[in-house]
Amino acid sequence: MQNNIAQIHLVDITRGIHAWLFSHLNYGMALASELVFTAIAMITLVVVMAIVMVYLERKIAAFMQMRLGPNRVGLYGTLQAVADVVKLLLKEIITPKDADHFLFALAPFLVTAVSFLALAPISFAPGIQLWDINIGILYITAVTSMGVIGILMAGWSSNNKYSLLGAMRSGAQIVSYELSAGLSLLAIVVMAGSLSVNDIIQSQADGWWIFKGHIPAMVAFVIFIIASTAELNRAPFDLAEAESELTAGFHTEYSGMKFAMFFLAEYTNMLIASMLAATVFLGGWQPLHIGGLDGFNHVMAFIPGIIWFFGKTFTIVFLIMWFRWTFPRLRIDQLLKLEWKYLLPMSIVNILVAAFVTISGWHF
Amino acid sequence: MEFTDPKLQVSEPNEEFIINVGPQHPSTHGVLHLEIKLDGEEVLDVKPNLGYIHRGIEKMTESLTYKQFSYLTSRMDYLSAHINNQACALIVEKGIEMTISERAKAIRILMAELTRIASHQLWWGALGLDLGAVSPFFFAFREREMILEIFEETCGGRLTMNYIVPGGVMHDLHPDFVRKVKEVMAQLKKNLSEYDRLLTGNIIFQKRTQGIGLLSQEDIISLGVTGPIARASGLNCDVRKLHPYDGYEKLDFKEIIATKGDSYTRYLVRLEEMKQSMHIVEQLIDNIPEGSYREKTKAVIKLPKGEYYQRVETARGEFGIYLVSDGGSKPYRIKYRTPNFSNLAALKPMAVGSKIGDLVAIMATLDLIIPDIDR
Amino acid sequence: MRSIINYYLTVLRAFLSLIRGMKITGYYFLHPKKILTQQYPNNRETLYIPDRFKGRVVLPHDENNEHACTGCSICQSACPNGSITIHTVTEELPDGKKKKRLDRWEYNLGMCTLCNQCIEACPSDAIKMENKFEFSVYNRDKLIYDLNKPGSKLKEKTTE
Repeated sequence: MQNNIAQIHLVDITRGIHAWLFSHLNYGMALASELVFTAIAMITLVVVMAIVMVYLERKIAAFMQMRLGPNRVGLYGTLQAVADVVKLLLKEIITPKDADHFLFALAPFLVTAVSFLALAPISFAPGIQLWDINIGILYITAVTSMGVIGILMAGWSSNNKYSLLGAMRSGAQIVSYELSAGLSLLAIVVMAGSLSVNDIIQSQADGWWIFKGHIPAMVAFVIFIIASTAELNRAPFDLAEAESELTAGFHTEYSGMKFAMFFLAEYTNMLIASMLAATVFLGGWQPLHIGGLDGFNHVMAFIPGIIWFFGKTFTIVFLIMWFRWTFPRLRIDQLLKLEWKYLLPMSIVNILVAAFVTISGWHF
Repeated sequence: MEFTDPKLQVSEPNEEFIINVGPQHPSTHGVLHLEIKLDGEEVLDVKPNLGYIHRGIEKMTESLTYKQFSYLTSRMDYLSAHINNQACALIVEKGIEMTISERAKAIRILMAELTRIASHQLWWGALGLDLGAVSPFFFAFREREMILEIFEETCGGRLTMNYIVPGGVMHDLHPDFVRKVKEVMAQLKKNLSEYDRLLTGNIIFQKRTQGIGLLSQEDIISLGVTGPIARASGLNCDVRKLHPYDGYEKLDFKEIIATKGDSYTRYLVRLEEMKQSMHIVEQLIDNIPEGSYREKTKAVIKLPKGEYYQRVETARGEFGIYLVSDGGSKPYRIKYRTPNFSNLAALKPMAVGSKIGDLVAIMATLDLIIPDIDR
Repeated sequence: MRSIINYYLTVLRAFLSLIRGMKITGYYFLHPKKILTQQYPNNRETLYIPDRFKGRVVLPHDENNEHACTGCSICQSACPNGSITIHTVTEELPDGKKKKRLDRWEYNLGMCTLCNQCIEACPSDAIKMENKFEFSVYNRDKLIYDLNKPGSKLKEKTTE
């Protein structure tokens, strides 16, 4: 959905770089350097987003609790995350005596690598997509499930009965909630007709799926948000890393930069879940069009796609953070009961309704 | 949420393991060491290990005069500091058979009820924090801060005031007292409905506290539990009604008694008690009698030879002082009957058979202050 | 059928209770005017500490460097834990009479419990509570100091 006013689109910049590289170097070198640039861009994005989200979490928490939050380091406290990173870099990395050294060192990397892998098929702006694969949604859900292995590795290799307890609980929780998350995404896939991320975004050109696919889409959205919060081990489902319970979770024995990797992975996973929700339910980089209001639509289309995308993503990030500071925690058996007795039956019924709606053409 | 029958056998004989909770941790409010024997998720036995903050208060009191010893009681149950000092003042007045003016009695009751409200506020915030909701803590402290500022203006201190002395109170009320108390009461009325929406009506909170930690009336009587915990299981034990002191008999307030005995009921009983305390404050705040605020006592107070007992109702239960005097200027022996010491004993019947995640919810509604247990 | 309806009603009621809780935190998020934080130490000029606040014991001196303490040591006996030590010296007056006067009013701020007993016990109204509160030191010995200023003496009673 491009507009007609002459504008510098982001996709022109990337195409320009691509053309320049391939005309000046031989094929192998051009491909290699393009891959390097892309990797650097992705890592920069993730790191910048993580810093922004850490700061945002503390400020949002503070404002909800009638206090100010960080406001000493840097202007309005913006350099607080940098100070935290410097502190974590300077800490000593201690490995417990009888721990399994190889797994202990591997676990943070596995969790972080999985988060980076899932960023590949996501489309940030029209034409900006790392890898346009035709099974994009399936790829993302498959890759994020691998994070459980990292958590179980961390819990087992710490040689600490509390870590193992926390890791088992966390593993059970993540594996259970993946079902509901996947099924709720499938409701939209059924209505859109394709698993490819680009196709789903293009199919929302005349309206976001949350409005077009009325009841099944809204129910799927709510279930997806709840299931994602549970998959990320965030409150109210954060029993595995609760400070006032007995165990401190699977990352008890980690300190310094390894601990920072776990936290980076958690915030990146939150970002990926929000990006997925924004893409599938809220239209990706499509602007908000209300049929009939031409002037309004013109203004909306003028705002670049990437701003739309990040705006939607951060709205969902805000929603997930809002949950954390309002609700008490669920107990582990209540958590699993919620999934298997309430969310999963409702997602199955929802997908049947979505299929019925698609076949009879009752959506917009 | 039903819990398993504790008479059921352990799955395998060597499956039990012991976990130490404390003495330093963010969950229980103080230095309490609990040894919990677990079988998987189920609690088999709870053994508290006391003494980490024992300071020898009863022995120290034997070398202090009757005017000096009340400052130590502020530091036992520090959230009911005024009420503990009131007990000390009352027992000395009982010994020398002195009656105090009506104004002093009214001021004492006002301070005691404000303390009760502040203590219940902190309990509510800490309950939210233990269960995982961080925001109620800040909301609770907002009102508690207003009450503490009132204390600061009139009594000079915020946590340990040492304001209620034998003979009356130490200073007269600050001129701004009545106005500020009325402001606090108005603000509190508005905010109590917020508390209900934030925590009481929340489905997650209800599922975590309903049916957890049942305590029967027989257990309460045999363990000697008092306070809101006993009243939530059906026992009427409010000292302000049974043995009134300092003018409580003239005031109109209800004693909140419920019968279910689980954590949710204890929570509701304490919220209702806050409302009753507000009602008492409203009755008194416009009708404080004029007069002197302190009667003169001798410079050195000597209690006649004998034994004396005085009981008051703190925010957590019945606090009693038993004093043996040999006629001199210092007590021969003093013994404090603290409410938290008996309330701690209720932990084991409640916790055995429930899951480890419920233990935190049970301890949060028990509202223990550990320096009170260890003295 | 009834159980299915109950199932959905439970879900709906649970959902509504959660939304009600979120509205409260959302309200406070959108109203930053309600923030209660006092940014100490930037607000030291506008800080309000009540007069009666018990910060520490002081011996007020007037403009002639005179105080009202006679050295009777009643405050020392009234203090419950020995935070006060009164050092007196007996001097001989020109007309031969011996008179006790205050040499050093030693105060241990680290031990003082701010219970007010010394101020009540003083017969000459010599000491009072000050409402300052910033007393951090790096060395605990600095918390034990003298309250009477050097060179100060007892204010003579003008009427006998």
